Amino acid sequence: MSANVVEVLNLWFAFNGQTVLEDATFDIPAGDFVAMIGPNGGGKTTLMKLMLGLLKPDRGTVKVFGESPSAVSHRIGYVPQDVHFNKRFPISALDVVLMGMLTPQRRWPRYSRADRVAAHEALDRMGMGPYCDRKIGELSGGQRQRVLIARALVTQPEVLFLDEPTASIDTAGQSEFYRLLKMLNEEMTIVVVSHDILTISTYVKSVACVNKRIHYHNEAELTGEMLETMYACSVEKVCPVELVAHGVPHRVLAEHGDH
Amino acid sequence: MACRTGYWRNTGIIEMLEALQFEFMRNAMAAGLLASLICGIMGTLVVVNRIVFLSGGIAHAAYGGIGLAFFCRLPYMVGTIGFSLTAGMIMAAVSIKARHRADTIIGVLWAVGMAIGIILVDLTPGYNVDLMSYLFGSILTVPGEDLRLMLAIGLVILGAVAYFYSDFLAMSYDEEFAQIRGVPVRALYFLLIGMLSVAIVMIIQVVGLILVIALLTIPPFIAERYTRSLFQMMVWSCLLNAVFVITGLWLSYAYNVTSGAAIILVAGVGFFISLIPFKPAGRPASDSQSSGR
Repeated sequence: MSANVVEVLNLWFAFNGQTVLEDATFDIPAGDFVAMIGPNGGGKTTLMKLMLGLLKPDRGTVKVFGESPSAVSHRIGYVPQDVHFNKRFPISALDVVLMGMLTPQRRWPRYSRADRVAAHEALDRMGMGPYCDRKIGELSGGQRQRVLIARALVTQPEVLFLDEPTASIDTAGQSEFYRLLKMLNEEMTIVVVSHDILTISTYVKSVACVNKRIHYHNEAELTGEMLETMYACSVEKVCPVELVAHGVPHRVLAEHGDH
Repeated sequence: MACRTGYWRNTGIIEMLEALQFEFMRNAMAAGLLASLICGIMGTLVVVNRIVFLSGGIAHAAYGGIGLAFFCRLPYMVGTIGFSLTAGMIMAAVSIKARHRADTIIGVLWAVGMAIGIILVDLTPGYNVDLMSYLFGSILTVPGEDLRLMLAIGLVILGAVAYFYSDFLAMSYDEEFAQIRGVPVRALYFLLIGMLSVAIVMIIQVVGLILVIALLTIPPFIAERYTRSLFQMMVWSCLLNAVFVITGLWLSYAYNVTSGAAIILVAGVGFFISLIPFKPAGRPASDSQSSGR
């Protein structure tokens, strides 16, 4: 009985002939709040899909709560990126959240009274209670985001996976959002894929750098090297990132040993 | 009183009602209404899953089945449904496994299927079947047993969609999430395309294969904006289809024009009317992000 929520061991995954993940190994302990960062194409979204059971590893294993992800799908919450949804789809906020209660065993009726109550509660918790009957396309980006989180929370999961959750939220909304995640972290493990290392660094507990392999850092720290993997920065090119700090930046990550 | 009747007589409605005493006209109405039911349900799923092009591909490839049925002396339904299902399954598999090449392959099957059908009909000795009736529909000559088959297929589609409603909804809105929740998305997708292939063969008789697309897509397109659930969208699609079909039949009877094309013209007018911006009263604009707590 391990206290690890996710265990990835010697994971290999290739897509279209390209190796995306190469001998990746790391564990996520219970109660963690980990940000997965890395360059585009480095494999972080693929890694998340492998942890969710949407993809199967070519070699190696991915275990969630000690089992294959599909076996524990009711203990996992997932908030996808908001981009590919059809904004005119005829569905209400409540029906989107109810989707989180789908279980393959139950056929007819699909949703019980208890399911609906749970869905309403999840919406209320995210402050979207009054919008339960609104069509999803009529909500703003931030509101839609909260409905998707409610959908992920409705089964009261033990781990929450989020894929680029702040892609369509402005800066002020982002801080509020990560405060919300920090609050949720008191009840469940949180795994976030994000491009936004500058915003999340104050809120997360650990960082996983994903670039074919995975380097897991127990405390949220930032090194110049880590920044370089994401933003090409050298004397010749103009650095697109300008760090403004009060005092000396107080978090520094150790070097990756086996580069 | 006399001038009132005279007014209505000029519009042809009385003649239309009189025509209903003919069996062929009643059959045409029934075929049209059954087609409305089938197209309302399947069309909704086609539009929300964005497989309109795939549907066009199946419709045109189905002509290969018509040719096959004539050439091999098979009953029309067997030949056409078999060929249509095969083409549909291939297109479904391609759209899953090779997404970026899918529309090319669908386009190829679309044209080649049609060509196979035409050549096979050419090669069939004896009386050459009227191409036009399959291209543009022959709702006025639908035989009774085809009607019964349409009813049976309509009920099966209704039953399947009702049984798998929440799964189809989840798959159509967010396939990844549905998969995580254990919905068998791949099997459902093939089921959807299978039902679509059979439905299209039925509808070809009503409006012809060239115009099947319109009946599948126009009513759901109109309904999508005003409905709040997939079920409502299906209901309104069926109702709109029925209105278009009945109006189109009346026009074709009154003005002696091709029935299939008349139906689609009415649908087209409905489509353009629906594009006129119409704000439902009493709904505030989308709230700002800061609201909600």
